[in-house]
Amino acid sequence: MSAISETFARCRAEGRAAFVPFIVAGDPDLATTEELLIALAEAGADLIEIGVPFSDPIADGPVIQAAGQRALAAGATLERILASIARVRGRLGVPLVLFSYANPILVHGAARFAEKAAASGVDGVLIVDLPPEEAAAEVSPALAAHGLDRILLLAPTSGPERIDLVARAGSGFVYYVSRTGVTGEREALAAELPRQLRAVRRRLRLPVVVGFGISTPAQVAAVAPLADGVVVGSALVRLLHDCRDEPERLALVAARARQLAAAVRPAAAEAGGSRRRMRRRGGPF
Amino acid sequence: MGRWKSGPDARGRFGPYGGRYAPETLMAPLVELAAAYDRARRDRRFGARLDELLATWAGRPTPLTHAARLSAELGGAQIYLKREDLLHTGAHKLNNALGQALLAAEMGKRRLIAETGAGQHGVATAAAAARLGLDCVIYMGEEDMRRQSLNVDRMRLFGAEVAPVGAGSRTLKDAINEAMRDWVTNVRTTHYVLGSVLGPDPFPRMVRDFQRVIGDEARRQLKRATGDELPDLVVACVGGGSNALGIFTAFLGDPEVRLVGVEAGGRGEAPGDHAARFGFGRLGVLHGTHTLLLQDDAGQVLPTHSVSAGLDYPAVGPEHVELARLGRAEYTRASDAEAVAALRLLCRTEGILPALETAHALAEVVKRAPRLGRRRRILVNLSGRGDKDLDSVGAFLDEEAATAARGGES
Ligand SMILES: Cc1ncc(COP(=O)(O)O)c(C=O)c1O
Repeated sequence: MSAISETFARCRAEGRAAFVPFIVAGDPDLATTEELLIALAEAGADLIEIGVPFSDPIADGPVIQAAGQRALAAGATLERILASIARVRGRLGVPLVLFSYANPILVHGAARFAEKAAASGVDGVLIVDLPPEEAAAEVSPALAAHGLDRILLLAPTSGPERIDLVARAGSGFVYYVSRTGVTGEREALAAELPRQLRAVRRRLRLPVVVGFGISTPAQVAAVAPLADGVVVGSALVRLLHDCRDEPERLALVAARARQLAAAVRPAAAEAGGSRRRMRRRGGPF
Repeated sequence: MGRWKSGPDARGRFGPYGGRYAPETLMAPLVELAAAYDRARRDRRFGARLDELLATWAGRPTPLTHAARLSAELGGAQIYLKREDLLHTGAHKLNNALGQALLAAEMGKRRLIAETGAGQHGVATAAAAARLGLDCVIYMGEEDMRRQSLNVDRMRLFGAEVAPVGAGSRTLKDAINEAMRDWVTNVRTTHYVLGSVLGPDPFPRMVRDFQRVIGDEARRQLKRATGDELPDLVVACVGGGSNALGIFTAFLGDPEVRLVGVEAGGRGEAPGDHAARFGFGRLGVLHGTHTLLLQDDAGQVLPTHSVSAGLDYPAVGPEHVELARLGRAEYTRASDAEAVAALRLLCRTEGILPALETAHALAEVVKRAPRLGRRRRILVNLSGRGDKDLDSVGAFLDEEAATAARGGES
């Protein structure tokens, strides 16, 4: 069983969803990223998604676009990111997933990339613009050969056929995009999300992790009972940038992560008001 | 067309290039779009409606002009111009924009979005949207809005919203990024009218098919004008490559016809100074397709430069890469200065002001025509008119004069 599968099995046994923070590697620099990874793991992250910056991030909203630009300007490359991961890997007790666009990976060649990523301690790889159809020939076999989980996405537009395709081709977990759109914070969650998640989970054995547009503890608490994991990205990326001049900025981000991590625990959701009650009052959905 | 088999295969591949590298949210809509397009292609009613609009609204067929004075001045081959500059809105872009707008309406999508570089595709999409009563938003880089401001005004008059894009280099690539983000968000109600033979399948083949009317007409017209002769050489500029494939496709099955695409050589060979994908690109994935791409060693896309906004883009349509691999077409480049000189030459000899994009094709003609005999024929796709470029040409010439003056002093 992969480290990722074990993590979800453990969370399931604890009767809760996993908390999955997303950060942009190299924003504002890789030294900060290394410290941030350690801080997030200590704050209760169950798994961490590490974004690889790309010059043309078509699936990202303004916050993550800007973070990627800062990271690139500071010299982040996939190679340096993997070196950073390797440096701190021993101090992180949680699985790591690289979140990238296809080109920075393909430029290295799938096999060489997979070997390096595995050697650096990466557990899974998610490539936003590489659907299973295009990954089948080279990338998926290369990842499998090095024991890396191939994380695939599903979206509200994915019908039963695509769900089945992802069920066959993916491993580790499935990343469910909560709404049609790009990454970024949103006031409300998509109203159809609960129904869509039920439909996806009926056809799928893999754990389902929900991301895109989830940013507050209340939203995390609302999604957690419906999924195996919840991703918070833009809110943390923005916070890190907003408090860039604070000497204690990592502690501030970690404190926020702790609140988000608490929100996946059922007791916390109870304390914050049950999901049903929030819904009646026009809560997060 | 002879034994030539036009791609792509069922996976959207032209040989090893192309494909469908899209975020999951767009995968099902792309399949749906491909199915709707395949239905429309077989639907006689759709074809008849498009043909009628092309004839009565857009001005097809466009003429073929024998450029007698230009040919005499260059002292070689006879040059024929396929006059897409005379198409409604002033460039070949309308062939595709109208086809896709009609398809969107068939699919029940009432909102069109598009990117634009030179503004010609934006103007064409805005005009088609107005004609068919659809909503329209055009994404355009701020740098391009500045250098093609005439077209910004035209889009707005046609009722389109022009959304400025301030990210990155603020040119075509960034406009496509933003259009894709809009499409990912609004895909249920919106059709993305991609303006060239780029992007995920079915766009490269669909745009090519809507543009092939250029070559089909030109082939007939040239045969009529010359007593059944084919051209020896067909020349077109290549941004994404839609006007080039539009004219090449009709001649792919004639191995004796040489096909030449001309990309932007810009102001030099350093990264960021040109958009010469065939000169300096490496294989990669951008905007949904696997193709030649100007990128650095880490797989980040490089900035580009061209005096013409429509050629200022770091990737090229995948079918062109396949044509180059097969040796069926060749690709070369023209510099900013060569393009501006060719633009002025056509103005002076033929009374035609071409677009700066088109002028790159003419620059190649200037190089090749003198080396060919007087009985040889060169067919050029005159992809658009140059009214939009008067400011850019003026600024370029002022700059050139200033540089020459500085050089004279030192
Ligand atoms: C007149 C004209 N020609 C050529 C181009 C380049 O596009 P393509 O290579 O798709 O024909 C443009 C793009 O804006 C254009 O306006």
